Amino acid sequence: MRLSRSILSLFAVLGVVLGLGLSSPATAQQNAPINPTASSVREDQLLNALKPGGAAEIGGRISIPDGTAATLIRPAGREWREFHQGTMHLVGAIAILGMLAVLVGFYLTRGKIMISGGPSGSTITRFGAFDRFIHWTTAGCFIVLAVSGLNITFGKVLLMPIIGEVGFAALSQLGKYAHNYLAFPFMIGLALMFLAWVKDNIPGMIDVQWFASGGGLVGKGHPKAKRFNGGQKMVFWSVILGGAALSVSGWYLLFPYTAGGVLNLQFWNVVHGIVGVVLIGAMLAHAYIGSIGMEGAFDAMGSGEVDLNWAREHHILWVEDEMKKGVIPARLQAAE
Amino acid sequence: MARMKFLCDADRCIECNACVTACKNENEVPWGINRRRVVTINDGKPGERSISMACMHCTDAPCAAVCPVDCFYVTVDKVVLHSKDLCIGCGYCFYACPFGAPQYPKVGNFGSRGKMDKCTFCAGGPEADLSPAEFQKYGSNRLAEGKLPLCAEMCSTKSLLAGDGDIIAKIYKERVVKRGYGSGAWGWKTAYKETVAI
Repeated sequence: MRLSRSILSLFAVLGVVLGLGLSSPATAQQNAPINPTASSVREDQLLNALKPGGAAEIGGRISIPDGTAATLIRPAGREWREFHQGTMHLVGAIAILGMLAVLVGFYLTRGKIMISGGPSGSTITRFGAFDRFIHWTTAGCFIVLAVSGLNITFGKVLLMPIIGEVGFAALSQLGKYAHNYLAFPFMIGLALMFLAWVKDNIPGMIDVQWFASGGGLVGKGHPKAKRFNGGQKMVFWSVILGGAALSVSGWYLLFPYTAGGVLNLQFWNVVHGIVGVVLIGAMLAHAYIGSIGMEGAFDAMGSGEVDLNWAREHHILWVEDEMKKGVIPARLQAAE
Repeated sequence: MARMKFLCDADRCIECNACVTACKNENEVPWGINRRRVVTINDGKPGERSISMACMHCTDAPCAAVCPVDCFYVTVDKVVLHSKDLCIGCGYCFYACPFGAPQYPKVGNFGSRGKMDKCTFCAGGPEADLSPAEFQKYGSNRLAEGKLPLCAEMCSTKSLLAGDGDIIAKIYKERVVKRGYGSGAWGWKTAYKETVAI
């Protein structure tokens, strides 16, 4: 009886202690407001942390298998949009319309550059069949790549209002496939042109003199040049380096899963677009001086046979070399 | 005019992923594409939050701005939709979107992405409302039936809200006032250049 009473009183004491122990924090919790957001992750903080130099994306963990979906917000897309809709249009218009304006102005002031001594009637071989084949393979691909590329940026402004959205979409789809597939012969042509012509395109002091004397484009007389003059070397290296930049950036755009994320794709797209329009501008100048801009120039890549007087005026050192090698028949050398 | 928006109340989202499944099932979304997803930020740390995210149907949508063939259009409810007939699968909307919404059915390289697919706010596409062609290309058109997107309608915690932007912002604000806290409308600043004042 005494035992049961003391057990009872023990429980009573325990009950009071436990009751007090539990009830006092509980009442405190009910009184103080809880703010789970105070300690939670906040979008504002994460967005502010995205300032240059910091992280570029807000992301976390995701339970679906597609890991790329774990990015929640990637504001960089807006900058790429600004580039694509603004800078890209501006640079493209300046590079192409600006170059056309320069060429028209040049044609009106300087006119067609004629062979001063007139055509001699005799020709020498400048580019053999293989040279011309790789040139025109690359050039043909480049024209289609350029037009289909420009269509992606300017087509919806210039072409779509004329042919309508359905026709334009079908044409753009074709253009996309042409762009994707012709990229490969273009890259092969680029590599072959590099191998075939690099030895004659190493810049030297003679090119400095060529540029210093206006390259025969401005002023009178023709500065001396070997197989390729300073201007042609510039064309060569802009094609090789620009083409390489287009190839690398285009490769990533063509194989998007090798680029390592959207931010890299945005970067390669910027490279591809800017280099593309600048090279298109350069090639307009190249095409002009190689055709309507200069008498006798087209033959080099047309028949491959150039007039001897043209060759002497533009590439005297090359002609002398060829003569030493005995490539030019003796009767023509005697005619000099 | 009302603008349809999504709002995910991150303080309620329990990362159950039911919205993801509801979306996939309702719209018969192809393999590999998730029009909606749930991302958990600071996972496992105190203060982690899960956010259900899909296309936000932005004002001045970047995808529409950069599309080379102008295949995007905005409905009367200000839902941003696109035409899979015009889409050439170039990937530009995917570069521009801040929310990773545009996706492609083929993971193949070599420009073989196929036609872009994204959340339609359960509003179908340019085909006739509720036609088989519309369902096959874009999925359900619940808006045409007077219903809201299924992801939000069936959200068990009512974390995900969908509908007239002003109305869902009001619901969210009332919640915040009542409970005394709220981590804000995730993505709104990026999508609409405004947020819900709390």
